[in-house]
Amino acid sequence: MSSQPIRILIAKPGLDGHDRGAKVIARGLRDAGMEVIYTGLRQTPAMIAESALQEDVALVGLSILSGSHMTLAPAVREAMDQLGLQDIPLVLGGIVPDGDQRQLLSASVAAVFGPGASLDEIVTAIRGLTAPSEDERP
Amino acid sequence: MSLRNTLHADRRALSRFLSRVENQRDSVAAQLAELYHAASDSIVIGVTGPPGSGKSALVTALTKLLRERDLKVAIVAVDPTSPFSGGAILGDRIRMRELAGDDGVFIRSMASRGQLGGLAWRTQDIARVLAAAGFERVIVETVGAGQSEVDIVNLAHTTLVVQAPGAGDDVQAIKAGILEAADILVVNKGDLPGAERLLSALKTMLEMGHPTKTADDEALWMPPVIAASALKSTGIEELARAIDAHVRHLQSHGLQNVHQRNQLRAEFMAKLRESVLRRVIDSTTDDELAGIIERATKQRIEPQQAVDRFLDSFEIHRKRH
Repeated sequence: MSSQPIRILIAKPGLDGHDRGAKVIARGLRDAGMEVIYTGLRQTPAMIAESALQEDVALVGLSILSGSHMTLAPAVREAMDQLGLQDIPLVLGGIVPDGDQRQLLSASVAAVFGPGASLDEIVTAIRGLTAPSEDERP
Repeated sequence: MSLRNTLHADRRALSRFLSRVENQRDSVAAQLAELYHAASDSIVIGVTGPPGSGKSALVTALTKLLRERDLKVAIVAVDPTSPFSGGAILGDRIRMRELAGDDGVFIRSMASRGQLGGLAWRTQDIARVLAAAGFERVIVETVGAGQSEVDIVNLAHTTLVVQAPGAGDDVQAIKAGILEAADILVVNKGDLPGAERLLSALKTMLEMGHPTKTADDEALWMPPVIAASALKSTGIEELARAIDAHVRHLQSHGLQNVHQRNQLRAEFMAKLRESVLRRVIDSTTDDELAGIIERATKQRIEPQQAVDRFLDSFEIHRKRH
């Protein structure tokens, strides 16, 4: 039997309406054999956390192009933690200055992908972050 | 705490359990059997129709109304898996944004994973678990379905077939298939031009199908045709009343038993096919299969013959052990 597809949530928090990047990523991950739940625009951190819980995803990817990543990414992380989703990694795509990246990587997100990141790179990183560990299964 | 209570109380436990049902059903077979009896009070509503007919928006509007009645609602939304990559984009939540933040609603997206009937292999099991977890209404939205994806009738108590104006002439309405699956027909996007014509075409089609309905045909259900606009929230009340009426109809004519039997037969056959296939595949190595295909290709064996020979050898093989 082949292994089960990796389930991913792709969400756009905040008010920016630029969802082309999120859609390209969703499509790329689909082509890499993943099941991508796409939530659409203008999601609050609480909505994203609740969707991650209901869908039992292995990873949450945020697309933020509004410049408000320093507020939104930690807020999503916190909302997820409040629901007991500490074990689900959060990754971020967008235009994120180096200093911000370092700060986010040290606290709330497991990876940051800038405009230059290739799909291959993203797929490989997600596969690595979601590799199953036996003790995680209930 | 019993499994049922855990699933009631802990949404994450429920969510993870659903994943196990979807991915490793064998590991939870005993628990599913335990939950089977607990699931019986819920009403399962199926929603099917072509892509873009507004199924998700309609499900959202209906759910909001059911929540006003204080019923807990679970939604299972199935979207297609790519036959090329095995991946899927599950986008039904986009239309269900308004339901966020309500503890009485639980939405789960499923990829069809190669199933062709409009549902996924495990949709029936998933719906049953949600029912057992205390959701009084379970709404199952199929993949965008055309003319033959009618597995939903075997799963749902009441099946809604959603149509939108602007797709095809009225001969489409008398073709076999999905319209026959309807307990209730919904003309969605009722505010768009062409809605009136579609409404009357569907009504005519139904009258042709039930020409001799008389007073003693009480047990015959005549599917109502309802004009709705999920966007403008019109017709939703009427739709909810029609669903109630259909459920009462099932109950008052003892049709729930018939429905149960039909459902059981369909599920039994589907699971039988799956189990038999899996046992055959599991007892054959990939190399053996590759060898058979290789021989069939080289010797130009007709595929049905190749299958028959393979199964024959499998029978002999099994008897020997």
